[in-house]
Amino acid sequence: MSGVPRTVKVVRTWTSRKKTPMTYAIQAEGLVKRFGETVALNGVSLTARAGTVLGVLGPNGAGKTTAVRILATLLRPDEGRATVDGHDVVREAHQVRQLIGLTGQYASVDEMLTGTENLVMIGRLLGLPRSEAKARAAELLERFELWDARDRPAKTYSGGMRRRLDLVASLVGRPSVLFLDEPTTGLDPHARGGLWDTVRGLVDDGVTVLLTTQYLEEADQLADEIAVIDRGQVIANGTPDELKTQVGGQVLQVRPVDDRDRETVAGLVSVVVGDGMQVEGDLVTAPVTDPAVLPTIVRRLDDAGVQVAELSLRKSTLDEVFLALTGHRAEPTDTTPELVTEGSRA
Amino acid sequence: MTASTVTAPRTLTRRVSPTATLRHTATLAWRSLVQIKHNPMELIDLSIQPIMFVLLFTYVFGGQMAGGHPVQYLQFALPGIIAQNAMFATMNTGFLLNTDLTKGVFDRLRSLPIGRMSPLAGRIVADTVKQAWSMAILIAVGMIIGFRVKTDVVHLGLAFLLLLVFALAFSWIAVLIGVLVSEPDKVMIFGFTTVFPLSFTSSAFARVDTMPGWLQAWVKVNPVTHLADATRGLINGGAVASPVLWSLAWAAAIAVVFAPPAVRALRRRV
Repeated sequence: MSGVPRTVKVVRTWTSRKKTPMTYAIQAEGLVKRFGETVALNGVSLTARAGTVLGVLGPNGAGKTTAVRILATLLRPDEGRATVDGHDVVREAHQVRQLIGLTGQYASVDEMLTGTENLVMIGRLLGLPRSEAKARAAELLERFELWDARDRPAKTYSGGMRRRLDLVASLVGRPSVLFLDEPTTGLDPHARGGLWDTVRGLVDDGVTVLLTTQYLEEADQLADEIAVIDRGQVIANGTPDELKTQVGGQVLQVRPVDDRDRETVAGLVSVVVGDGMQVEGDLVTAPVTDPAVLPTIVRRLDDAGVQVAELSLRKSTLDEVFLALTGHRAEPTDTTPELVTEGSRA
Repeated sequence: MTASTVTAPRTLTRRVSPTATLRHTATLAWRSLVQIKHNPMELIDLSIQPIMFVLLFTYVFGGQMAGGHPVQYLQFALPGIIAQNAMFATMNTGFLLNTDLTKGVFDRLRSLPIGRMSPLAGRIVADTVKQAWSMAILIAVGMIIGFRVKTDVVHLGLAFLLLLVFALAFSWIAVLIGVLVSEPDKVMIFGFTTVFPLSFTSSAFARVDTMPGWLQAWVKVNPVTHLADATRGLINGGAVASPVLWSLAWAAAIAVVFAPPAVRALRRRV
């Protein structure tokens, strides 16, 4: 494939709904949202099939939180429309709210209340009788390993516990669609892994999850489909494998045994592969679209008498995909919440 | 995973019924009051500051104000202190509302299928309970050091009711500020810079006829003057009809001017 397509796969259009009614738990079409001069969303379309995870991937300020706030009925789009389980998020907001759970940096529990009190409050707000609300709170606290901390104010929780409580708070109402807005930002790897397991468990139970993240690995790990958002637009979507295959394809890696052969290897690879060869330390990498280059490389290396410690063909990482799509890396440069630039906060 | 999160088919309601809205409001008011249990500092804020004011005004200024009879001044000033305190306490509504907005609690609440105005209504109900608590503390401390209710319990109750109605109206200003500012502390800064001058340029702490003419012109229209006079009349005895009516008129005017933009700003922000 030559050059980089701006849109990898055309998003399914609204008309396809007629052929496959109710297959999509989340369907958004042409969402536009402006905050004054800032265009936070510039025609975003997303779909998530029921019972799957849609990963919305993008850097700070890309529009992820705005999209989630619209889908979770907190914000009205200026243009476009969206449905959750077939209910319009603007006209049938009340119905949508009965179906969804929302967790994120901006949908949080009350720090002053204990874990139990937070969950009982939500249970009561959802119409459960007091005893049932208490039972549900106890069940969830136990299952998510917050039982020992149940009577402590949430402000005393560690980061990982706090995120678990945030997540649990959105599960009280047994949602069929769950929005997780950067659920692991700021968590250590262990807590992050725990949250991933929880999300997988929920999906096994039939919950549809829309997850926004800045972490490519997270989208790769969890998502069935990924939509890449940059500057308020979806610039690519597909399964993680599709994205990796369609952009950049595969990556050839060659590491000579003897460091002095590096120049030889680099020259040789660049002749066979063409553009894009890079040298990082003693590792020579190059993007390839035709797997047939591998035997060619092996022959050339043999002819040149170079011994290699490593010779492999691997799929591109999502970071490479993002770089190819946007011209900049996706990893966060800082941890400033994205709402600073895109949200409705004064 | 257990079956507890398996999503069952459900019947969806089309709207929130009025009784459900009331229940949501009560739950959210409960939530604000339970917070005090885990943050006793808030109770101290609600109690210590008013008590300090009573003691300072009585023993520091009282002697000079009433020719060596502090308690005589207390009898005059306590209704004014209660009125001033009620106005300060409304800033709490704005402060806590802004805290909910900036911490994301409001977003969580608004993503639930509950009455749209329940989060705000719950907040205001809880703050009205705290107001009543502050007033009771002030009267109690006053009585310990010599203050006497010269009328009767019914009139004292009416004074509290009038103060609560006025505070409720005044809290729309706090709600508006609480929605507009970027952090909770800014609500308090606003409170100090408006409530202080407003309450001191009134009849709350000194007799109006001792002030210069130009100041009297303002003091006589200041809503705090009417509120302080009405409270004083209801507790100490004296004419009440005119100041009570003026206080209610001011309360209505403040609510009419500030409630609509406050609600609009809140809708826009969340």
